[in-house]
Amino acid sequence: MNWKRAIIAGAVGIPVIALLRFGLTRDPRAIASPLPGRAAPAFDLTVFASGSGANAPSLGQRVRMNDLRGNVVVVNFWASWCLPCRDEHAPLSEVASRYEGQSVRFVGVVYNDVTANALRWIDEMGGQTYPALLDPGTRTAIDFGVYGVPETFFIGRDGTVASKFVGPIPARVLQQRIDSLLAAPAP
Amino acid sequence: MTRLLGYDALAVALAVALFGVLAAAFAARRGEAALGALVRGCVFTLFGLTSAAVLAMVYGLVSHDFSISYVAQVGSRSTPLFFTIISLWGALEGSILFWAWVLSLWAMLVVWRNREVPGRLIPYTGVALLGISAFFLILLVGPANPFGLVTPVPSDGPGPNPLLQNHVLMAVHPPLLYLGYVGMSVPFAFAIAALVAGEAGNDTWLRLTRRWTLLAWGFLSAAIIAGMWWSYEVLGWGGYWAWDPVENASFLPWLTATAFLHSVMVQERRGMLRLWNVNLIVSTYALTILGTFLTRSGVLSSVHAFTTGTIGYYFLAFIAVVLIVSLVLVAGHSEELRGEGRLDAPIARETVFLLNNLFLTAFMFTVLLGTLFPLVAEAVRGVKVSVGEPFYNRMTLPLCAALLFLMGVGPALPWRRSDLAQARAKLMMPGIVALVVAVLCAILLTRNPYAVSAFAFATFAIVCNVREYWLGAAARRRAHGEAPATALVKLIAANRRRYGGYLAHIGVVSVALGVAASSVFRKEHDATLKRGEKMTVAGFELQLDSLWGREEPQRAVIGATMRVMRDGREVGRLTPRMNFYRTQDQPVPTPAVRSRPWGDLYLNLLAFEPNGSSATIRAITEPLVPWIWIGGGIICLGALVALSGPARKRAPIRETSDPEREPPSSLPLPELEPRTA
Repeated sequence: MNWKRAIIAGAVGIPVIALLRFGLTRDPRAIASPLPGRAAPAFDLTVFASGSGANAPSLGQRVRMNDLRGNVVVVNFWASWCLPCRDEHAPLSEVASRYEGQSVRFVGVVYNDVTANALRWIDEMGGQTYPALLDPGTRTAIDFGVYGVPETFFIGRDGTVASKFVGPIPARVLQQRIDSLLAAPAP
Repeated sequence: MTRLLGYDALAVALAVALFGVLAAAFAARRGEAALGALVRGCVFTLFGLTSAAVLAMVYGLVSHDFSISYVAQVGSRSTPLFFTIISLWGALEGSILFWAWVLSLWAMLVVWRNREVPGRLIPYTGVALLGISAFFLILLVGPANPFGLVTPVPSDGPGPNPLLQNHVLMAVHPPLLYLGYVGMSVPFAFAIAALVAGEAGNDTWLRLTRRWTLLAWGFLSAAIIAGMWWSYEVLGWGGYWAWDPVENASFLPWLTATAFLHSVMVQERRGMLRLWNVNLIVSTYALTILGTFLTRSGVLSSVHAFTTGTIGYYFLAFIAVVLIVSLVLVAGHSEELRGEGRLDAPIARETVFLLNNLFLTAFMFTVLLGTLFPLVAEAVRGVKVSVGEPFYNRMTLPLCAALLFLMGVGPALPWRRSDLAQARAKLMMPGIVALVVAVLCAILLTRNPYAVSAFAFATFAIVCNVREYWLGAAARRRAHGEAPATALVKLIAANRRRYGGYLAHIGVVSVALGVAASSVFRKEHDATLKRGEKMTVAGFELQLDSLWGREEPQRAVIGATMRVMRDGREVGRLTPRMNFYRTQDQPVPTPAVRSRPWGDLYLNLLAFEPNGSSATIRAITEPLVPWIWIGGGIICLGALVALSGPARKRAPIRETSDPEREPPSSLPLPELEPRTA
């Protein structure tokens, strides 16, 4: 064994590993959305699970984007067959109830799902503090440019989309983004 | 229950693999018999346990046990049984489980087939494979655990990725790819074992390795072609290769493995290129792991893989270990790997092999550069770039032409030495035929220099290789008075490695012809047709007959029935379709292909009016496409023929002090057929 050669050769491998290490720090899946800075797509969807919040809409009531103006709106796309959606269910429900009474509205839009399965899912996950809406033909999801579930959109009080979050959202991120939108001057 | 069984099998398998590696270090001191028995025991147990885990997963999938995280991720009650079973390799965790199983299968076969081989080489090889297995089992027990618990249990799952449940080739391509890809672990393990055991200097390990490499190479070749076919049949753009990182990942190790299969002959015959061959083996394996890292860790991943998590860091650590250990071992032992022979003459088969290796390696570096360049550019300059087809085509087409040329020259030249006159005599006829083809092609078909040279060099290669069969069989007929068919069969049977190799050459040329013709002469036309309206493409008249819909449990299907006419006569009907899966908005196309040996007519439904009044159809004609798939078959057949031959037992030809004293004709060349020059 020629150790001198061995060490020189081993050192050659290090830049390659460093390059790959760098590769891990970037996220090719971060899909740029054209929505932030633009008006939120108008939607008009039916409530299929009211949620346990204080001002919960009744079953079958329609929720319209236009009616939500003046509030910070959090639109979360989810499905009962989506495993990462389970991870964000508790943070979403919890943070939503924390902002109750302030001008913040959460809506969950179900994506490509069977209503019965979605209802059972909410039930099994221990309920939900905000309303869940049906999106027939995934029209609203298409308007928002949803690529997969879960995805969460943050809409300012002026009705402009502020940002989008892909993947299960942590409570910390939820709270930060809502707080910064609440801090913005009212339109 | 199933979940725990599967998980426990993996946990115990990890323990067995780690135990095997550690215990071998102690057993090595107690003699070879004890060591061999220990390693065999561990490898067999490992295979049993991973098999149990795979069976548990298949059972979980089939019984829709959504408490198993992987089943909840890829399963669905509405997916047909067949696609439910093959979704075993449809997503990250399952594919790593399958990978671990294939690896343990290879390990078992290697240890069992070579159980009579004395010495430490085989036990060490087993230990290396156990070590690699341990890495994949760590992934399976930790970050990529497919047997995670899901509570509450979902009532249904999303089903596999629609692209992956749309075609039967999904049942063929991934297993072949894994067999090939994972199979490259075997030569790597042999190389590491030989280096550690201090046996790298003698060529025993190489002789044992060659067949395993050839087998894995055959699977990898078949997998690449099957992958091209799958993409052609499913993706709807009428292409089969896009230089996508995932495709490149499978192609990179193929290039180095192909180089190895050629240069190994130089080592066997002449005792040269030892260090080079070890490097090729190690690179091949490193490239398989690099490819897996790039496509699984999120560095160049595809969309919709939210669950990649920390797996990238595990892979990075593994690559680092593989790379550093290999580099250190190979460089540290490089003196033992010094070659014995040297080149005798510039015009000889060895030279052709050297050039072939040079070009294949250059090819590999080109593709590697293209694949990694976006990463380098972002690391160095912070800009996002993408490397596309123009780069690859411009860089690789000349290499392809050169390789086709060498593929013809190599078989025509004898080992050791030849002279210009001899070479000229052998290459004159194929050269003239190729020239005629080039001129005809330029006059009748196209002036595209790439196309003309592709057809000319392909012709040259195919004439040279077919001629080898022809001359060999003719010589047998003269010598033994055999019938032409008998002579051919006996010729091949007498030297399977050689003629299997030539067959693989013919297969590669077939693929090259198919690729060249279908890319140069491709014609494409889009049209929106009302019912009864016609469009024309390359002499075909296509009429939209009807637009229909059908509900299936897992999807809704929209189809357009097209009447295909030629010269006013109906020659068939094609129904390109669009499939809407429940969990995906984007429809997945099912193009309709009319395949004939001279070319394909490829129809894809791009859009339709919901009221059924009109449809937009893309019609593509691509000449010679089927020869890509046929070529793939011929390559595999060639690999099989070569594998069926006996291993070379003869010692390499030693360097004599004065080559003049031993003219080439009297060398003990193991070429059984009469010499033809």
